[in-house]
Formats: sequence, C-alpha cells, structure tokens
Amino acid sequence: MNVQVPRINRIPFFFKNQNLMTSCGLLFFIIITFITIIGPFIIPNEPFTANMAERLAPPSSAYPLGTDHMGRCIFSRLIVGAQSTLGITALVVVTVALIGIPIGLVIGYIGGRMDTLFMRIADGILALPEFILAIAIAGFLGPSLTNLMISIVFVKWIAYTRVVRSIVITERNKDYVLAAKVGGSSNWKIIRRHMFPQIVSPVLVLATLDIGKVILTISSLSYLGLGAQPPAPEWGAMLNDGRPYFQSAPELMIYPGLAIFFVVLAFNLMGEGLRDKWDVKSR
Amino acid sequence: MFTIIKNRVIQLVVVLFILSLFTFTLMKMAPGDPVLTILNADEMVVTEEDQAELRSKLGFDQPLYVQYGKWMFNLMQFDLGKSYMSGKPVIEELLTRIPITAELTFFAMTIMLCITVPLGVWSAKYVNKWPDQFSRILALVGASIPNFWLGLILIYLFAFKLSILPSSGIGSYSQIILPAFTLGFTFAVVYARLLRAGLLQSLSEDYIYAARARGVKEWRILWLHAFRAAVLPVLTIFGLSLGSFLGGAVVVEILFSWPGLGSLAVDAIFNRDYPVIQGYVLLTGIFVVITNLVVDLSYYVIDPRMKRKEEALGR
Repeated sequence: MNVQVPRINRIPFFFKNQNLMTSCGLLFFIIITFITIIGPFIIPNEPFTANMAERLAPPSSAYPLGTDHMGRCIFSRLIVGAQSTLGITALVVVTVALIGIPIGLVIGYIGGRMDTLFMRIADGILALPEFILAIAIAGFLGPSLTNLMISIVFVKWIAYTRVVRSIVITERNKDYVLAAKVGGSSNWKIIRRHMFPQIVSPVLVLATLDIGKVILTISSLSYLGLGAQPPAPEWGAMLNDGRPYFQSAPELMIYPGLAIFFVVLAFNLMGEGLRDKWDVKSR
Repeated sequence: MFTIIKNRVIQLVVVLFILSLFTFTLMKMAPGDPVLTILNADEMVVTEEDQAELRSKLGFDQPLYVQYGKWMFNLMQFDLGKSYMSGKPVIEELLTRIPITAELTFFAMTIMLCITVPLGVWSAKYVNKWPDQFSRILALVGASIPNFWLGLILIYLFAFKLSILPSSGIGSYSQIILPAFTLGFTFAVVYARLLRAGLLQSLSEDYIYAARARGVKEWRILWLHAFRAAVLPVLTIFGLSLGSFLGGAVVVEILFSWPGLGSLAVDAIFNRDYPVIQGYVLLTGIFVVITNLVVDLSYYVIDPRMKRKEEALGR
C-alpha cells in the first residue's frame, strides 16, 4: 500500500513526532502504576467506612475531592479503585495472552484440520459482538466480577490466537525455518526460537490497545450492575452508585469518569505509538 | 458467484449451529433452578409435587440432547418459550422491542453520518493542519471516553443545567437527540479517521491527477471522484460493526430509560428470566451473522476483482 501524503507543512508541536505522544502515554502509565501500587499507603481516609455525618461534603483538606452519598472519601475510593480496575484488567489481559498465544502458535504451525476447526469455532464465537457476549455470560451465570472476567477472556483470546496464527502461517514456510528443520531442530525448538520472537511486538501492541478496551468494557458492565458489585470501589460501580445523586452532586460521577478516561487515553496513546514505531499493521 | 453464495450460506448455517449450541449450553449451566424461579414468582408455598409436575411439563426431566432437539425444533418455528416474568411468549416480547431499538439505532446512525462525513472530508482536505489535528484528538477522545459517562455528562449539561432537552423517555424527537448522539459520537469520530485515510489514498490515485489536469474543480474531485472510492471500505467496516452498535445501545438504553431490546435484556438478567436472555442473544447473533454475510457479498457486487480472486483460489 503506497499512500502518498500531500504536502505536509507546519505540523503542530504535539504531533511533530509520534514518539512524543507515546512518551505522554508512557508518562501517564508510569504515574498511574505508581499511584496504583503506593495508593493504599497514602490515601487520607479509610475508603470503606460510611460516615453519614459527612455525606456529600465539599472538597476540603480532610477530603481532597469531597465525600460521596455515604460520607466516604471520594479521593481515597478512586485510588483504591485504580487498584481493582487495573488489577482486574491486567489479570484479564495476561490470561487472554496466556491462552491465545500458545493456541495460535500450535494451530498455526500444525495447520490443516485443526486450523479449519479452530477458525470455524472462532467464527461462531465472533458472530456475537463482544459486549453482547459478555452480557450473555453475565446474564446466564449471574452478575459478578468473576463472571465478567470470564466472559471477557472467553471473547478476547480469539483475537490473540488469530494474530499469532496468521504470523506463524506466513513464517512457517520460509527458507530459514526449512533450514532449521534440515539442521535438525525439533518443532518445539522452531516454535520457541523462530516463531515466538516474531509475535512479540504485534501481541504487545494488541495487548496495550486492548487494555483500554477492557477497562471500558469492565466499567460499562459494572455501571449496568453486571460487574463489580456496589461496595467495591471499582470506577464503573462508583458511577452507578452515585447516579441517583448526580443532579445534586455531579462530582460523584465526574471524578470516576475522568479517571477511566485518562487511564484509557494513556493506554491508547501508548498502543498507537508502539504500533507506529514497530510498524504493526492494524487489523 | 453462485458457488460463493452457496459456500457462505453453508458457513452461515455452521456458525448459527455453534451459536445455538453455545446459548443452549449457557442456559443449562445457569445457576438456580428455573422451576423454583417460576413457582416462587407467585409467592405461594411450593410443594415437591408442584415442582415435579412443572419440571416434567417443561421437559427438564429428559436427557440433554432430547431437550436440545426439542428446543431446536421449537426454535425453527420461532418459538423461544415464554418469559418467566411476564408469561408472554419471548418472541412477542422481542418483536415489540425491536422497533424501539431500531429507531434509536437509526437516529444514532444519522447523527453519526452527519459527523463522520464532514469531519472526514475536512481533515482529508487539510491534512496535518488544524482541522486534521482536531479530528485526530476527537478520535482519541472518542476511543477513550466511556460511552455511559459521555451520556451522563450530556444529561447533566442539557437536561439539568440548561434544561433544553429531556433526559429520558421516548415519544418526541427532542427525547431522541441525547441518546442518539451518545451512541453515535464515539463511532463517528473513529470512522471519520477511516474516511480520511481512505480519501487520502484515493486522492493519490492517478485518475485524480488526470481529473486535475483536465481542470475539474477541486470540490468535485474531492466529493465525487475521491469520495466514491473512499466510502466503500468505510461502509464495509460500518456494516461489520453494527454488532458493536447494538452492544453500545444496551448501555445507552439503560442510561436514558429507553425501553428497547437492551433494557429488556438487562431487566431479564436481573430477574433471571433465561428464555428472554436467550432470545435476545440469539436474535442479535442471527442479526449480526446475516449482516456480515450481506456485507461480504456486497464486496463482490461492488468490486468484481474480489470475485475473480476468490474463484481463482477455488473456494
């Protein structure tokens, strides 16, 4: 594909090189990770104890962002919430990669019947939009965070398997693989030494961009009440919690929403930067 | 062409079979006893005999493959069972909700097109100048903003602060604007980038230079010559993402108390009304599979080169 870009002049500073956007994303990411890890040690108030005397208090030195409808410190809850939202997301994405990558490596390498069978199953699962499948699983197995995680893993692994499979299929017939075979390398060794390194960057890009999507899915479903359940300080659940009060106290929904937005933005910036840097084709 | 259609239809049947198996399995895996749910809905004392009677009446005492066979047989006749809650046939419940969701989706798509087309063309015309950067930022925001949060902010601004638009309900056009915008916006800004990419590619084709050389006006080149070529891939992706549109509609429907399919499904989940959930999942699944098929086939109609390629591969 040969895209000829017409005259480029005066690109605003921010977009001058993609690396800058990536760096912004990376900086965000480092800050977020830092807050997530040390968060529980620096929060000013206990995030779970209700204190009805202080409900819906405005921001003060004791409560940096004020309190919610049960008198709990919003700031503390947001920071603890980062841990649950990001923790769940990380767990989901890692699980998905651990399931998707080996299957993709193996069926791509073996090919034939196995491959056809897999593609059919994948088509069947992918016929349903991700979000609706998540609703189906949450619906049948009951609304809970664990079921939500299961449903996301159930849908997501296919994308990883597909990417890995397509790379392995294009690589496996190249001369160097043949040479390795002639040289007496076992199939296992070829997969490990020659296939695996090829898939690292595309999978990393996919995973980074997926983190944002997973966070959005988790918080949307938690908002619907199908994910994390109320006392948990998950961001989507917090939004759902504060909904009845949002006419009188809009900050209850503004802060968690902003938190979600910035975290997802950080991962999107990073993912797109990495994609451009490694020149991974978007699907 | 006929072989292609035949193969695609066979594929469709296989996919639908997997889908049905999946839904049936999930339904059977669901915790809680539907018999007890139905009986408890009347808030009467439940005896063992009542349970056994209803169980055999619903056919739950037979082996699974028999249950699946019967279920499939009924499904073929559009019989999805009755809702545990309302007692009405599921298909009836679904049919009354479809137009409501269709209305929302239609308006959302209209709003989406009204944003996507001008924004895409504008940013392609001024590549890397401020309109382009503006649309780039919008796309980043659109991809990062939670849909329901955008909706909440819009409700807060337009319904509470400015009180110019109602925050919920259906019936009038003013009530449709906020939900349709919430649903359409996030898709619109992302598609605008796709349209821009498509336009840039078609603008660099030889026939554009030829048109310029002939002295065709610049706006004609952009809107007629380049746009026609650029719009095809966007339409395809648009068709393929109808499914995510339906997914987004669930959140928007709940947010704006819009009594469509999504609200029905979420209510059913909280009431453990499995036949309704199942009906919803099957309906959306079938809809998405068929849309994908239509999009796939329209490729061949629009671009005959695809057909030759496919036939050469002998598929």
